[in-house]
Amino acid sequence: MSTPSTTAYVLRGVRPYGTDPVDVVLADGVVAAIGAPGTVEVPGGATEIPASGQVLLPGLVDLHTHLREPGREDAETVFSGTRAAAAGGFTAVHAMANTTPTQDTAGVVEQVYRLGQEAGWVDVHPVGAVTVGLGGERLAELGAMADSAARVRVFSDDGKCVHDPVLMRRALEYVKAFDGIVAQHAQEPRLTEGAQMNEGIVSAQIGLTGWPAVAEESIIARDVLLAEHVGSRLHVCHLSTAGSVEIIRWAKGRGINVTAEVTPHHLVLTDELARDYDPVFKVNPPLRTAKDVEAVREGLADGTIDIVATDHAPHPVEDKDCEWASAAFGMTGLETALSVVQQTMVDTGRMTWADVARVLSENPARIGRIDGGQGRAIAVGEPANLTLVDPDATRAIDGRSQVTASDNTPFAGMELPGRVVATFLRGRATVLDGAVVESTGTGSVTLEGAAR
Amino acid sequence: MKHLLTTQGLSKDDAILLLDTSAQMAATQSRENKKLPTLRGRTVVNLFYEDSTRTRISFETAAKRLSADVINFSAKGSSVSKGESLKDTALTLHAMGADAVVVRHSASGAAHQLAHAGWLDAGVLNAGDGMHQHPTQALLDAFTIRRHLVGNVGEDGRGTDTSAGADLAGVRVAIVGDVLHSRVARSNVYLLHTLGAEVTLVSPPTLVPVGVETWPCRVSYHLDETLEQWQPDAVMMLRVQRERMSGGAGGAFFPSPMEYSRKFGFDARRLAVLPDHAIVLHPGPMNRGLEISAAAADHPRSVIVEQVANGVAVRMAALYLLLAGTDERNAL
Repeated sequence: MSTPSTTAYVLRGVRPYGTDPVDVVLADGVVAAIGAPGTVEVPGGATEIPASGQVLLPGLVDLHTHLREPGREDAETVFSGTRAAAAGGFTAVHAMANTTPTQDTAGVVEQVYRLGQEAGWVDVHPVGAVTVGLGGERLAELGAMADSAARVRVFSDDGKCVHDPVLMRRALEYVKAFDGIVAQHAQEPRLTEGAQMNEGIVSAQIGLTGWPAVAEESIIARDVLLAEHVGSRLHVCHLSTAGSVEIIRWAKGRGINVTAEVTPHHLVLTDELARDYDPVFKVNPPLRTAKDVEAVREGLADGTIDIVATDHAPHPVEDKDCEWASAAFGMTGLETALSVVQQTMVDTGRMTWADVARVLSENPARIGRIDGGQGRAIAVGEPANLTLVDPDATRAIDGRSQVTASDNTPFAGMELPGRVVATFLRGRATVLDGAVVESTGTGSVTLEGAAR
Repeated sequence: MKHLLTTQGLSKDDAILLLDTSAQMAATQSRENKKLPTLRGRTVVNLFYEDSTRTRISFETAAKRLSADVINFSAKGSSVSKGESLKDTALTLHAMGADAVVVRHSASGAAHQLAHAGWLDAGVLNAGDGMHQHPTQALLDAFTIRRHLVGNVGEDGRGTDTSAGADLAGVRVAIVGDVLHSRVARSNVYLLHTLGAEVTLVSPPTLVPVGVETWPCRVSYHLDETLEQWQPDAVMMLRVQRERMSGGAGGAFFPSPMEYSRKFGFDARRLAVLPDHAIVLHPGPMNRGLEISAAAADHPRSVIVEQVANGVAVRMAALYLLLAGTDERNAL
């Protein structure tokens, strides 16, 4: 196959994983060459990208994104959400199941998968619902979703907890047949009825119903024991408390096959932000205390927490421009995630860029079983799914100028370090010079298995 | 004072100014012509998202006695799901030129948002937001306590109030009941503390919020022990909502109304334990026989009816201080 010159790039003086500068050539959708500056062979017509001082990472993978389509296209679509993902440096996202209709059948997950392919910004991997309609009563057709064109491996009722212990046990067991994983939204429902924010000093003063840490921790404790008992893989979504980190650490010490994620916002924001009742800070699980923030940072640095996932949760303006109690839970995150990780973990010296690649690309790809093409090492012959970051840049965050269709960023008005300069999806630039590259048409739409 | 949203952070000087102004307002209310021209031409909107006849008519009476134009706006339901959003209502009131908005809302923070979200310029007076704050209730409670325990108005409350300029230093107040869900308790704890009073919250542990340890007060789980050993000068009973008793959603805070009443209900026997000067308060409406017995509620030492009258004076003071110009305030 001939190589059109427009799809070849040479990144000059770039630092893979933040290490020594090299030149990297991308051609034919793969990493074609890596060598000392000035030594690599460059295909004719390749686009030169001066990248001195910039960091090259494997394309970021988000295990936890809400794209809202089908059902809430007023908040986000697969197209707008994945375009935002590319802008944030992602090359793959897992689309959560709480759409309308719910992603609980092969038909719906294939629809989302196909919309992702048509959009072409990132690989979209639909998450399958664990229970029908997220109702928590009977298992959805997990096998059909696994066998569908979308090849679902991650199952979650995210937004709701699989609280019935028998149902959770069955789900953990059942997905073993196709190497799936249950990603649990750990929230004991009875302990969190009407809950609005972290239960503690701030909720007591400002009079909002508390969401106690124990409601998260008790479910995680139960689920790691269930996973141990039946020998299954368990993934814990967005853990947010110091106690949860301790339980995961204990479980891993016992050899339990559990992985855990933290969101960017739980790495930096606290419940003190609720004091002005601005619903942009209303999120589930809620923002916790400074002690919890420190614990999740420590857990991420020492490997107790495996990944950072955004829990990108777009909402239309009216769902946030109202009373706290009436407002929707959730905040956008795709375009700020890498900056927050840099600020909290890299610039503080707690993690290297190689660690960032681990928690934002390699581990999530492996957990989601998409590591055949995503989360790969930066090496010759590997798919050119790459993210180029300028760590020395700073940018002021403004919700209205984000690529996502929604404005609800908790970082509005803040200066965050780092800027995604370019994103490559199998060698094609989806972002260049910090701006998304509008696609000229749909990618190759394949629906192998759809007619089955 | 542009808004009155919370007693947390209210300065002692402002609190005493509010109480002294209330006393001046109260003095005008024994005249034959109770109406003052102070707020003529100003528009006060009573924006009530929760049913509350007594608080609404108290504010309405206060505004009318100051000659303000009063608009009552009753809105049912919450934003988004039903009807007009809080924001759109605020924009409407702004367009109509409201000078002050008195707001009662089931959502904690609604008054704060009205004041600070940039939807309208009017002064905002919080008439109760969710479980958060109800500052004029705390002010009328403090005003009533000050008249009786500092100002020596006598048991019938008709003597001359000599407490102008005074705080509540050393006064002991027990606040008894459902603290967890109570904006009255939250408002009183901070205001009474600011005024120098000592506060003990008395409640079953299920009805005390997690995080209470930062509040400037003591917490007791035993009413009899508190009354006998601490000897409060004032006892404030909180309304217990009947839906807190059932075992349904979020309920089951205590085993039964009988047990609650036995351990935390205020009656003549418990009244007899108090010092002779002690007074009994209740924000109303009362559940007679549950948190307070009829004998205690109607006892000469109960100031519950006087609280209602003082409420009008306190709300006149709050409206006056929010709306009257700086020059007039200096002239006060």
